[in-house]
Amino acid sequence: MKQEFTLSIYSENHVGLLNQVTTVFTRRHINIESLTTSESAIPGIHKFTIVVFTSREQVNKLLLQIEKRIDVIKAYVFTADEIVHQEVALYKVKTESLLNSNEIERLVRQYGARILEVTKEYTVIEKTGHKRETQELFDKLDHFGVQQFVRSGRIAVTKLKDELLSNYLKKLEKEKTLLD
Amino acid sequence: METQTQTTTMEAKEMKQKRMSGSEAVMQSLLHEGVDLLFGYPGGAIMPVYDALYHYQDKLNHILVRHEQGAVHAAQGYARVTGKVGVCFVTSGPGATNAVTGIADAMVDSTPLVVISGQVGSALLGTDAFQETDVVGITQPITKWNYQVKRAEEIPEAIAKAFYIARSGRPGPVLIDITKDAQFAQFDFEYKPVDRVRSYKPKSLINKEKVAEAVQLINLAKKPLALIGQGVVLGSAENELMDFLKKTGIPAAWTLLGLSAMPSDFEQNVGMLGMHGHYGPNVKTNEADLIIAIGMRFDDRVTGNVQKYATNAKVVHLEIDPAEINKIIYADVPVLGDVKDSLPKLTEMVSKNSHEAWLGEFKACDKIENQKIIEPELHPTKEGLTMGEVVRRVTEQYDDDAIVVTDVGQHQMFASRYFKFKQSRSLVTSGGLGTMGFGLPAALGAKLGQPERPVCLFVGDGGFQMTIQELGTIFQTQADVKIILLNNNFLGMVRQWQELFFDRRYASTELVNPDFQTIAKGYGVAGEKVDSRDNLDAAVKRMADHKGAYLLEVVVEKEGNVFPMVPTGASVSEVRLE
Repeated sequence: MKQEFTLSIYSENHVGLLNQVTTVFTRRHINIESLTTSESAIPGIHKFTIVVFTSREQVNKLLLQIEKRIDVIKAYVFTADEIVHQEVALYKVKTESLLNSNEIERLVRQYGARILEVTKEYTVIEKTGHKRETQELFDKLDHFGVQQFVRSGRIAVTKLKDELLSNYLKKLEKEKTLLD
Repeated sequence: METQTQTTTMEAKEMKQKRMSGSEAVMQSLLHEGVDLLFGYPGGAIMPVYDALYHYQDKLNHILVRHEQGAVHAAQGYARVTGKVGVCFVTSGPGATNAVTGIADAMVDSTPLVVISGQVGSALLGTDAFQETDVVGITQPITKWNYQVKRAEEIPEAIAKAFYIARSGRPGPVLIDITKDAQFAQFDFEYKPVDRVRSYKPKSLINKEKVAEAVQLINLAKKPLALIGQGVVLGSAENELMDFLKKTGIPAAWTLLGLSAMPSDFEQNVGMLGMHGHYGPNVKTNEADLIIAIGMRFDDRVTGNVQKYATNAKVVHLEIDPAEINKIIYADVPVLGDVKDSLPKLTEMVSKNSHEAWLGEFKACDKIENQKIIEPELHPTKEGLTMGEVVRRVTEQYDDDAIVVTDVGQHQMFASRYFKFKQSRSLVTSGGLGTMGFGLPAALGAKLGQPERPVCLFVGDGGFQMTIQELGTIFQTQADVKIILLNNNFLGMVRQWQELFFDRRYASTELVNPDFQTIAKGYGVAGEKVDSRDNLDAAVKRMADHKGAYLLEVVVEKEGNVFPMVPTGASVSEVRLE
């Protein structure tokens, strides 16, 4: 059964790593729903957050293939209930439509969105939330004409008490010493 | 006193730290890694490296090949017979792209290589400069690791890391791309070998619980079958394997790349798995109640139809690469780690056993296969020579103790079925990628790696012509490679498939060949052509007695087929004998 998974991939911060990670997906014809890269809490370690829609069996194989890349430190897979996740969306509308009725202002309040910039010509609205929420706001705003819409990839942190990566790094160091 | 200590430290530092060019640093780094032989082809972007090599010719024996693909295959042959890392130099652009086939071959067959490619100057990167290609991008999916060096200072560390990654864990090819300006630049050279990379875990500690679970399954099994892969050879675990097999009495079948991991005549050796493997191990796979996979990856040529594979068996999988666990066949008990570490732990704990009746079932299968396939192949009633009888005659000539190198196709399957082995690291073949043209350069590399052992190459008339130019390298190096060309004027394996599955529509498989003896003569390689059984024996003797390379061309049956055969999509138990 296919379902949504969020992958957290930790790697060294080298040129070309994005390509190394994404070719693992393309080679197996798995579509990436969203992708975000940033630094992690540990200096020098980079984090990829990738959302895919696939089967549990396939995603487990995918993880091992990703970890096989030398510069990848560790990859984890989560379902939505195991993480706190968020996306940000930006909507550009004509300022004129904002002024013509109270409806846009009402939507901004109702959805906990905020206005980032207002000029004579356009207004930029920002909303953070889950995809469903940002999409819903888009659908409603679009009645008044959305000139531009963009949504970021998912970012996520785990709900776990223990920090998986730092524990893993400690364990790895211990194992390597034992293997020596 | 203090001053004196300081001076001594400084002197030591000066000894270790010497100012030199990036190119010379490449030479020094290779020497630090114990390299004394390498293969390559010069060109614009790697000329500074070759210039540095000029001063190191007494320490680094560089073999000038005739095509970069040959350099990589030769390095593969060298690596496979020695267990060392094979090294190549290629230039940018076409030099590097010509190396791609060999690198891909080494990746899928886990062969340790370090390929050093020249690159245009860093200021020209991304400008479509002359002979610029994105080599790092191109080789990213077919290397274990690759890296572009743009500053001379990075060279020692990049090379140290390359060797460590290439040979540790599951081995594989590494490519280091060095820009021309980095080759020229001067810096203070210092070499520190690498034995650790934070993001890389070459092998795992053996999990005791998994070992205990595996032992329990092994002790309970009535019909266990061990599958021996190249992991045994790569981990130098041949003795550990024998200890395990002798104590448990379990029948053992080898994969194509597992060949020579145990002696051919070992009584529990039940032969080769897979599409053209032996009858017994194929049909018995579905009767076995336990499969113990040792350093192998369940390639589709081994499993046939996965849904109908090992249907009655639990699976214990001993494997160094975590990504191979459950990739194709679900492992009831995975034992992650180097088989050299895991096998002794299993051996220690398993009960002593023998499986005579079960082994007898394999012997019964052998009888059938002998009668239907092996006897007619070795003692044909038809006039034409068969590939099998030629292979058998050659292995006997060398008392079953030669290194055999093959190209890809029917002759490869005949060589792997009919050649016999006494010691490990005696087979060099292109397994996973199936690269025609692999054989001739790989045989050269094997001979240079093991000059004391006879090296016999079996090659077809198709594959021979894919890298035939390496006869030039053989001539120049005077390498004593015995080339047995099995000539049927056909692309035999494709023709066999056309015969069996495409109603004999022989589309573009018949070859009009040149006179191979004349070509060999032009390259200064002695040889002869044999087309009758009466002359074979003496010709093989003449080849063996000849000092130096020899081309023994044997005209074989035009439409011979390799059997047994597991047709694509069929189960291993549906293996065809005719």
